[in-house]
Amino acid sequence: MKMLIENARLVDPEAGSETPGAVLIEGARIGDVITGDTAGIEAARVDAGGACLAPGIVDIGVKVSEPGERHKESFASAGRAAVAGGVTTIVTRPDTQPAIDTPETLEFVERRASADTPVTVLPMAALTKGRAGREMTEIGLLMDAGAVAFSDADRVVTDTRVFARALTYARSLDALVIGHVQDPGLSAGAAVTSGKFAALRGLPGVSPMAERMGLDRDIALLEMTGATYHADQITTARALPALARAKRNGLDITAGVGVHHLTLNELDVADYRSFFKLKPPLRAEDDRQAVVEALGAGLIDVISSMHTPQDEESKRLPFEEAASGAVALETLLPAALRLVHAGALSLPQLFRALSLTPSARLGLETGRLARGAPADLVLFDPDASYRLDRAALQSKSRNTPFDGAILQGRVLGTWSGGQRVFG
Amino acid sequence: MTFRAEHLLGIEHLSPEDITVLLDLADHYAEHNRQGRTRRDVLEGLTQINMFFENSTRTQASFEIAGTRLGADVMNMAMQASSVKKGETLIDTALTLNAMRPDILVVRHPQSGAVDLLAQKVECAVLNAGDGRHEHPTQALLDALTIRRHHGRLHRLSIAICGDIAHSRVARSNILLLGKMENRIRLVGPPTLMPAQVAEFGVEVYHDMAEGLRDVDVVMMLRLQRERMDGGFIPSEREYFHRYGLDAEKLAHAGADAIVMHPGPMNRGVEIDGTIADDINRSVIHEQVEMGVAVRMAAMDLLARNLRARRGAEAAGVMV
Repeated sequence: MKMLIENARLVDPEAGSETPGAVLIEGARIGDVITGDTAGIEAARVDAGGACLAPGIVDIGVKVSEPGERHKESFASAGRAAVAGGVTTIVTRPDTQPAIDTPETLEFVERRASADTPVTVLPMAALTKGRAGREMTEIGLLMDAGAVAFSDADRVVTDTRVFARALTYARSLDALVIGHVQDPGLSAGAAVTSGKFAALRGLPGVSPMAERMGLDRDIALLEMTGATYHADQITTARALPALARAKRNGLDITAGVGVHHLTLNELDVADYRSFFKLKPPLRAEDDRQAVVEALGAGLIDVISSMHTPQDEESKRLPFEEAASGAVALETLLPAALRLVHAGALSLPQLFRALSLTPSARLGLETGRLARGAPADLVLFDPDASYRLDRAALQSKSRNTPFDGAILQGRVLGTWSGGQRVFG
Repeated sequence: MTFRAEHLLGIEHLSPEDITVLLDLADHYAEHNRQGRTRRDVLEGLTQINMFFENSTRTQASFEIAGTRLGADVMNMAMQASSVKKGETLIDTALTLNAMRPDILVVRHPQSGAVDLLAQKVECAVLNAGDGRHEHPTQALLDALTIRRHHGRLHRLSIAICGDIAHSRVARSNILLLGKMENRIRLVGPPTLMPAQVAEFGVEVYHDMAEGLRDVDVVMMLRLQRERMDGGFIPSEREYFHRYGLDAEKLAHAGADAIVMHPGPMNRGVEIDGTIADDINRSVIHEQVEMGVAVRMAAMDLLARNLRARRGAEAAGVMV
């Protein structure tokens, strides 16, 4: 079974190029990438009509609320949202109820995911039991069961001895540890970033310094243990020099950023709009710009959705009491395209951060537009604009900060393992 | 000049003209009150509900008296004892109350932004009687009225706000109001009780009372919450009184005709010396309470006019 997607603009993050061409899908893999004449190729044909074709998005840090809160998001609804957003690999977070901290719960996730989702679902497991920060999980058994990374999600392992041991142990297995960089003391109880806006709104704020302190601590422990490490979200200018230094010193460290921190700032909270309450909180515009620049320079490696479904009840509360997080599987690409439209990134640079680098960091084959790579693809029109209506989202929870916003960029088709799963 | 607001949620949304209109009317009501006259026709037929999710005998009494003097049917709801305890969310409470068709809702809530949230869900006029650390607009207005009556103006004055600025909604509303009216604002207090990046507010910051009070026209003291005195924000009560408590020695640095204000309730011997508080030549603390009723009458009067105009227009099928 062959399929040719032709008349496309090929966005190749490896080569850093955008060229007119076609992709031939053979079974589950890319059979060929053709920039010349496609006449004579025997295959079912899809006319891309000049739209962009890129490797499918690899999204590290997606919260699917199974087990525990299936009413917020199930594997089925997350799968529908993912394909509508061009996400072909979901790397799930372990901050469910209960936490994914045993091979048995991990297998439950894999079973549910494979039954209900048309895209690749790769689970992360907790680094410590119950994400309580006291004892490490069965890292080896969890890896055998399919865990691709270890993280306590938005909880910091505050006991540095526990964290150092977990890093040391993880290193012996070449396991990737994903850390949430935040000083737990300074950030306790914070709802927004400290500063004039926080003071005006009378909301408890966390200093942006808390992120740098968290990162500094983790970098010191990496020097000590030599572990493989990814910082989930770097969102402030102050943390960037430390990250650059750690990379220069040869530590095995990468960093991510959530799409909302790239496209929104603290003022978007306006009159206590709880859909803009995130963890870490949205930052000052200076920080946002610094992080966008760091992404363009390759200092920050990965863009994630940090998809966090919350039901209406947990958001329709006074701001401090409201739950944190936003859904973003479907809006990740159109929101991130704002950076391209603003001239901050090229399309290949964007897909380096969305697909190629996260895939490589997890040791996957996907994320590339190359012969032999898995046929995980997204076809999109980067210019199509529309007003987002959150009621039309596929996620069970519709807590998006982009409700009513004009987005530019629409997914036309998604292929996962050679199968067309959307469009 | 017309006051067009639907609610009074904060000083942030008011223009200098709005503030002047409110204060002029409040001045008028203050005289009325002193003459023992009432105006029962102003809010006649309107239902005012006071919803206090946080205890406050003084503010609640002030709103109740203001509403009663203008002829409203006033009802107090002690929200802590009510359905909040049963797990009802704020929005459900708002929708339930809205179905009872009140005309004026006076709300105090411990969470910043809670009154804004509630105002979005009801069809009546909402007055913020204090939300978390956010705003307490009627307090700032009554402070402004008291200052204006004493100094004959509300601009180009030098005003020191002293104490726990970080946790104070009174300070926030006062900074906004006095700033809009073009006064020089000084904040005086320990750095642990100042908001982050406080200098961005266009104020001068002092950590020393003698310097901070030098030649000011108004000394506005804030209440220090007991739970902040235990070493978390300041070392102890007595160290705080020693460095930041207002006594005769510190007050001597202020201008000769400076007035001393306090939003109450006072902690005598913590933020203010009892003899200063009782000095009728300096302290205007009781007048603040008196002006509170007048300001709340003015605010409810203006909001009720707008409410009636809106309803009249709706009844006539006109878009407003």
